[in-house]
Amino acid sequence: MSVDLSQFYEVFFEESFEGLDVMEAELLNLQPGTPDDETINTIFRSAHSIKGGSGTFGFSSVSDFTHVVETLLDQIRDGQRQLTQHQIDLFLQSVDCLRGMLDSLRASEEPDTQVSSELKKQFEAILSGEDAPTEPKGAELAEPSTPKANKKQQGWNISFKPGLDILKTGNEPIYMLLELADLGEVDVQLDVEQVPVLGDIDPEICYFQWQIALKSDCEQAAVDEVFDWVIDESDIVIDAIKAEVEDSEQEYALAEDDNASTQLETAESITDPPTEVVKPTETNKAPTKAEPKNTEASSIRVSIDKVDSLINMVGELVITQAMLTQLTDGELDSSKLARIQEGMAQLAHNTRDLQESVMRIRMLPISFVFSRFPRLVRDTSKKLGKNIELKLLGEQTELDKTVMEKISDPMVHLVRNSMDHGLESPEERVASGKSEVGLLTLNAYHQGGNVVVEIADDGKGLNTEKIRSKAIENGLIKDTDELSEQDINELIFEPGFSTADQVSDLSGRGVGMDVVRRNILALNGSIELESRPGQGSTFTIRLPLTLAILDGQLVRVGEHIYIIPLVNIIESLQVDVSKVNNVGGEYEVLRLRDEYVPIVRLYESFNHTADSNKLEDGLLVVVENDNGKVGILVDELLAQQQVVIKSLEANYMRVEGISGATILGDGTVSLIIDVAGLVKLAGINKALRSISHLNKEEVA
Amino acid sequence: MNIQELNARLAATDEEDESLEDSSQFLTFLMADEEYGVDILKVQEIRGWEQSTAIPNAPDYVKGVLNLRGTIVPVIDLRIRFGLPAIEYSPITVVIVLKLEQAGKDKIMGIVVDAVSDVHTILDSQINQSPELGDNKNSRFINGLGQAQDKMLILLNLNDVLNI
Repeated sequence: MSVDLSQFYEVFFEESFEGLDVMEAELLNLQPGTPDDETINTIFRSAHSIKGGSGTFGFSSVSDFTHVVETLLDQIRDGQRQLTQHQIDLFLQSVDCLRGMLDSLRASEEPDTQVSSELKKQFEAILSGEDAPTEPKGAELAEPSTPKANKKQQGWNISFKPGLDILKTGNEPIYMLLELADLGEVDVQLDVEQVPVLGDIDPEICYFQWQIALKSDCEQAAVDEVFDWVIDESDIVIDAIKAEVEDSEQEYALAEDDNASTQLETAESITDPPTEVVKPTETNKAPTKAEPKNTEASSIRVSIDKVDSLINMVGELVITQAMLTQLTDGELDSSKLARIQEGMAQLAHNTRDLQESVMRIRMLPISFVFSRFPRLVRDTSKKLGKNIELKLLGEQTELDKTVMEKISDPMVHLVRNSMDHGLESPEERVASGKSEVGLLTLNAYHQGGNVVVEIADDGKGLNTEKIRSKAIENGLIKDTDELSEQDINELIFEPGFSTADQVSDLSGRGVGMDVVRRNILALNGSIELESRPGQGSTFTIRLPLTLAILDGQLVRVGEHIYIIPLVNIIESLQVDVSKVNNVGGEYEVLRLRDEYVPIVRLYESFNHTADSNKLEDGLLVVVENDNGKVGILVDELLAQQQVVIKSLEANYMRVEGISGATILGDGTVSLIIDVAGLVKLAGINKALRSISHLNKEEVA
Repeated sequence: MNIQELNARLAATDEEDESLEDSSQFLTFLMADEEYGVDILKVQEIRGWEQSTAIPNAPDYVKGVLNLRGTIVPVIDLRIRFGLPAIEYSPITVVIVLKLEQAGKDKIMGIVVDAVSDVHTILDSQINQSPELGDNKNSRFINGLGQAQDKMLILLNLNDVLNI
């Protein structure tokens, strides 16, 4: 066993955290009473893998703790025990506790066992309750007997009866015997009693049993470790040779085995307790040996079908490339031209498909973020004394991993906010004629090139009056300001604003909503708020699907080429001058069907020289942004293509009206227009001009 | 000295051991008949002038951005930045790509100068403080005056060259 296990730590942690997530989600589905078998099984399996894994890697604090959890789960699974709400809460706390322990192990720190031993005591209390079958004896006896047994033992008598299916689960008894041989001198006796007549032998079943005498001064934990993976499906009894005190609990185990061949799982819970006492001293060395690793390599799990489609795509690409090589090999004549063109078209197609597939790898379903909310809502609603039902919709909506990571904190904040400020207490709800249970809905869906996430509650909505007076108090607005209801509601996104009468544990510190908005803006997203007094409020977050690539329309103004994101564009048209009005000498508006669309002259906003300053000579690209439609006047439309977004800020600074840059096919840089920013810029320029106009008048 | 030679020498400076104590090497360039020097360790590469993409509403000394092997790099005309008369770009107009600090962050940017001149090693003792020039807006970019052979070099520190 000289393999360096630390290389697998990261995989173990990742799987364990996944397992904990699964446990948590399933626990939240559990109802007290007789639970659904499948649910309990899923929880049990997760706990079991964590226990097995942590045992293998020598994280004894985790495996010991998980073992107790597992024992209780096992009894519930076997119907020996009724599931109570208290137990569910305890299990949820253990999930948190395990998460904490694994976190510290991951950071190569010694986990804090205070919480776990506290919880362990509670578990043991439950286990030693009236109908606990065998555990108490084992647990009580383990403490006094094993330390003594360790004193003068010179070896171990091991009875190893593997389960019939042990080979099918990928375990090989021979290796275990060899491992035992590494520990000291072994004397192995094979017991072939169980082997049936030749005709009845199933080659995949293990009929052998062994009696092993191991002469070694190793501790029992070392022996246990050998059988770590098979302990559940096998009968293993380990006795110390020449131990002064008999391991009475193990005697008991033998007796138990005889009359209850079906209770293999319980046998495990009996043989294990001594292990728990010895293990910490033995295996604690492992984690300290690991080199401190601070570089948290983030990885991503990709479904196999995405990888398969990628492999197919690359195959196609290779074929196309081979075809083109063959065509261009030797004399080039015009007869081949058509086929080369065809090949190039195919190559373009392959490249695009490949690019899309690669992008898809980064896409994960939003359920990764959503999955943390059931727990959050459960805990928070308890704390607040509110009845809240959480509804999750569109969990399969896919989103770029980077975007996902950055959106989760703002969402937590919004959800907490809805629970704390939005939804009312049951009494208030009944008084206002609503159902006692408040409804909180998280909904995700795709719209155009965006992902939309809605967080809606059916609570009391925003208190516009209160926000207004608070804003006046905080100096955000003056009491003479005329603001629409919507404008007032949006003040909650301003820095240093909070309406909570009392600063609660959850929210109300006045930092938050502005941070939420800032985070979302940083992702090129937007957040909107809709509130209906007495009916609830809805926060709508809009996010780009991905941060790396966009479909762009190349446009030309004079000698400058810009890119307008295709998702923003509604249509492009030639301006009919007769339908253009000049509103108050400030800006021009085009009447487009039954709408009025303000015109932004790109050359004016960006200070460039255009081919012509006349509206009718150029083309109007009608784009949509948050506040409606705007027409952007350009000289010419060029190609449409996908562009890779590069940062302009990395080496320069933020430019108003520009969201980034890209490199065109010929190697030159082209800038990508940020429609919302451009509209703002155009407004500013207009305002500046009218100011300078006024200034001139004053001078005159 | 042409660009290839200078780039080769730039690469060589990394390997040269510090045989002279307390000295620094400077890449010098010409602008309006004066010779300026920048710390050679800040210089990434030297390239010929090529048309860059204009940035809307940028200050006049920002000529635009160019593609430096996939990175977007702004280009600054140092003549305009220093308030010297602008000149037409010619085949010997060069862009020196520098790693500079802007508001505490490392940024890569190019400066357009008339021509590059040479690499000089100057002892720290030979660097004189530049005379107090009162509220001359360019004085914050001048680190000192150096002496190489019998020429005077104006040694620059271009950090925060984008800030007004």
